[in-house]
Amino acid sequence: MIHAFSRLALIFLVGLMMSGPLFADSADDGKKVAFDRTKGNCLACHLMGDGESPGDIGPPLVAMKARFPDRAKLRAQIWDATVANPESIMLPFGRHHILTEEEIDQVVDYLYTL
Amino acid sequence: MMKLKALLGSALLVLVPMAATASPQSDLEAFQAYFHKKFPTVSMAEFGNGTYAIDPSSRESWEAIEEFPPYEPMIEEGENLWNTPFANGKTYADCFPDGPSQRVNYPRWDAAGKRVVTMELAINECREANGEKPLKYKKGELASLAAYMAHQSRGQTIDIKVPEGDADAMAAYEDGKNFYYSRRGQLNLSCSHCHVMYSGSHLRAEMLSPALGHTSGWPVYRAKWGELGTLHRRFGGCNEQVRAKAFDAQSPEYRNLEYFLSFMGNGVEYNGPSSRR
Ligand code: HEC
Ligand code: HEC
Repeated sequence: MIHAFSRLALIFLVGLMMSGPLFADSADDGKKVAFDRTKGNCLACHLMGDGESPGDIGPPLVAMKARFPDRAKLRAQIWDATVANPESIMLPFGRHHILTEEEIDQVVDYLYTL
Repeated sequence: MMKLKALLGSALLVLVPMAATASPQSDLEAFQAYFHKKFPTVSMAEFGNGTYAIDPSSRESWEAIEEFPPYEPMIEEGENLWNTPFANGKTYADCFPDGPSQRVNYPRWDAAGKRVVTMELAINECREANGEKPLKYKKGELASLAAYMAHQSRGQTIDIKVPEGDADAMAAYEDGKNFYYSRRGQLNLSCSHCHVMYSGSHLRAEMLSPALGHTSGWPVYRAKWGELGTLHRRFGGCNEQVRAKAFDAQSPEYRNLEYFLSFMGNGVEYNGPSSRR
């Protein structure tokens, strides 16, 4: 009984951490931006979340918080991937105004839920 | 905004994996070696089948479509057009004395005119020389004529020449090559990103076809178009997909691009017309 209760509590806590009230809205918006073919269209190249028929040009976007503890670095990859890799095929979403600064922040919030 | 426009208008050169001073022949060897290494089981003839050469999951339904090809009526239409005399009584055969199996002769370098002549351009120049109006370049009657001519030419092998010592021919070739490796559009992508570096990978659910053999199967009946289209129509589509402005079909830019891309495919068999998704 106690065991089941603590498991529930744990699930609740993890849930709270993953979609904390601070980020929930922004991360939801970010997911929409990331999946939308006319906006981020990240699924064209990346497996991410529950997105359908993802491409496999870029690496799967998983465990983002563990792999990118530095938010600025993650944001910079999206703003202009050619800084880190001049040959990158990944679109320079910020530099070429494909996404707005706010949309990029939302996408980063979403990535941190993955 | 002005700055953005200027940025989008200019194509930024990607570092070309070939030396700038390389000869067309050494470019070709490096290019083909790259694809043979990447797809070691794919034969030269198979490279003419685009994505179906490398994607078993779409191959089967494509083979089924090719059993009863949707472009067959257009080949017939093209044959009728070929045989229908112009108002002055002459026919296409007067411009192409060797008959309709002309595919292997194009694109070719026209030394006197200092330009690349494609088969589509030659068809329209034949019409104009005989007092007929030129046809539209992306689809319709011209595509049907090209389909008939391509069909009659099946089995010929791509054998493009960049005449040695002709500086203008070399410049046209270099222009096409630069186009192929230049980033363009708001999405900042070059042809080579999708069809060289990441050929064989999936863009969403779609597998990117290898550039080797890209000019062999035209014109193409595309399910998405619901009709035949020419190679330059596809060039335009691929430009627009990266949010770049397309050039006109048969513009010098696209003719030079076709020249370069065809040369890279030397040795692949012509197998047009063909069907695509
Ligand atoms: C046209 C292909 C393409 C698109 C579209 C694309 N990416 Fe990428 N992405 C790549 C490639 C390829 C890499 C590998 C590193 C490089 O070449 O820059 C990458 C790397 C990344 C990385 C680093 C991952 C790691 O594990 O190192 C992140 C984060 C990322 N992309 C996020 C995004 C987001 C978010 C979007 C959409 C807003 C997006 N990408 C759209 C191709 C793409
Ligand atoms: C964003 C990725 C992308 C870019 C950039 C791109 N293409 Fe494509 N291209 C595609 C896709 C997707 C297809 C359809 C699937 C396939 O055949 O590869 C395609 C198809 C083609 C085909 C038809 C191949 C066939 O067998 O039917 C040709 C030819 C072609 N592209 C040439 C070009 C040229 C030339 C450029 C540059 C001007 C270019 N592409 C840029 C994605 C791209």
